[in-house]
Amino acid sequence: MAATPLPLEVRNIKKRFGDTEVLKGLSLQAKQGDVITLIGASGSGKSTFLRCMNLLEQPDEGDLIVHGEEIRFKQTKHGREPADWKQVVRMRAKLSMVFQGFNLWSHMTLLENIIEAPVNVLGKPKKEAIDQAHALLERVGLSHRANAYPAQMSGGQQQRGAIARALAMDPEVMLFDEPTSALDPELVGDVLKVMRDLAEEGRTMVVVTHEMSFARDVSSQVIYLHEGLVEEAGAPQDVLNNPQSPRLKQFLAPKY
Amino acid sequence: MLDLHGYGPRLLEGAGVTLQLALLSLLLALVLGLLAASAKMSRSWLLHKTATLYTTVIRGVPDLVLMLLLFFGGQMGLNLLTDLLYDRTGIDLFINLNAFAAGVLTIGFIFGAYMCETFRGAFLAVEHGQIEAGKAYGMSNWLVFRRIRFPQMMRHALPGLSNNWMVLLKTTALVSVIGLSDMVRVAAEASRATHEPFTFLIPVAVIYLMIASVSEWAFARLQKRYNVGFGEH
Repeated sequence: MAATPLPLEVRNIKKRFGDTEVLKGLSLQAKQGDVITLIGASGSGKSTFLRCMNLLEQPDEGDLIVHGEEIRFKQTKHGREPADWKQVVRMRAKLSMVFQGFNLWSHMTLLENIIEAPVNVLGKPKKEAIDQAHALLERVGLSHRANAYPAQMSGGQQQRGAIARALAMDPEVMLFDEPTSALDPELVGDVLKVMRDLAEEGRTMVVVTHEMSFARDVSSQVIYLHEGLVEEAGAPQDVLNNPQSPRLKQFLAPKY
Repeated sequence: MLDLHGYGPRLLEGAGVTLQLALLSLLLALVLGLLAASAKMSRSWLLHKTATLYTTVIRGVPDLVLMLLLFFGGQMGLNLLTDLLYDRTGIDLFINLNAFAAGVLTIGFIFGAYMCETFRGAFLAVEHGQIEAGKAYGMSNWLVFRRIRFPQMMRHALPGLSNNWMVLLKTTALVSVIGLSDMVRVAAEASRATHEPFTFLIPVAVIYLMIASVSEWAFARLQKRYNVGFGEH
């Protein structure tokens, strides 16, 4: 087996909040260039699942393998925790996340936001990081906003800026947590356009979304979650155009 | 022209003592406040309880009582320690707790407890998503603290810090009871000797006001610096 390691593999993830088990054993394999969409009703566990992938939530059980490197865990009195936080930090730098609420650092300009982690985490020379940031800003159509603070930008601009920040890490996999859910309807299109371009150029992405047309057009795989379990998964044309489970049929049915 | 009956130089010296005392106490209070706030927010039961005990005791006992306790009690404690050292190891040591150090320690200790609450509130006011974004981009806890948590916290903390500093500045007047010649003590002495209280107390009041005004200006500048990026919709 000399195959290149998978960018991301998660196996049998379980997560409990108090007495409720929100993830009941979820697995996923992202090959290079895959776009995997997670869909499901709110409360189905899709965001929690995504957040377990970069350990913003600690899964109680299950394995996490990033580019062939398995994350080590240990049991503590607070539950299971990573055994080596340095490993986690290294792993997170390979997976960059785009949040529902953008979460651009509000005390920094857009340009400063983009160079922050490349300079301070990856150790990239500042000059190089700035040049790269300008190229990325151009790409997401925000060259004119480089020196703006997040509070001065619209939601759509902030989210495209956040995507530029994620790209600046040159990540192995990009994780999107409902990237368009906090946006005004007229701003959704610009963000989805940027994401479609990324998918086309072969970025590996895991996307939690309610945008069914995006899931249909762009994904290589769609996973429908229900109450912490995979209810149905497969190619988008099968899952979305020809759903088998009654729940998924109901989920996809027009709401009005 | 104001006639200070020759007390001018001593009064100025006293103002110097007040200022040094206030600044050093502030430094200690800031460090203690940050540590105590971190301890209070920590998951460790012991750290949390220790910090809670600290802020409860300090904030519940009058400053003057604490100062006397620390000055006299502190010396006794030190003597006890050095005696023990002599008994055990034969090393003979005498440490004299001077009034200035006692003043800095007490005021720093007292205001550390107030700073702790200011810092804790400010840390809690930082949006969680900001911290999460730092972690998600591979920042270590220290880097998240230095680059995100601290600068964003300061914006919320500054009004409280500025308030604490003003109170701290005036609290330094208490050190005269442990024999430190700050400007209040010099002025009180001079007033008694010359029977002209206003001649000395009004300049003292003016000096306090001047320090306070300069501080206001400095805090306004700091606030502007830490407000960058906020409230400019």
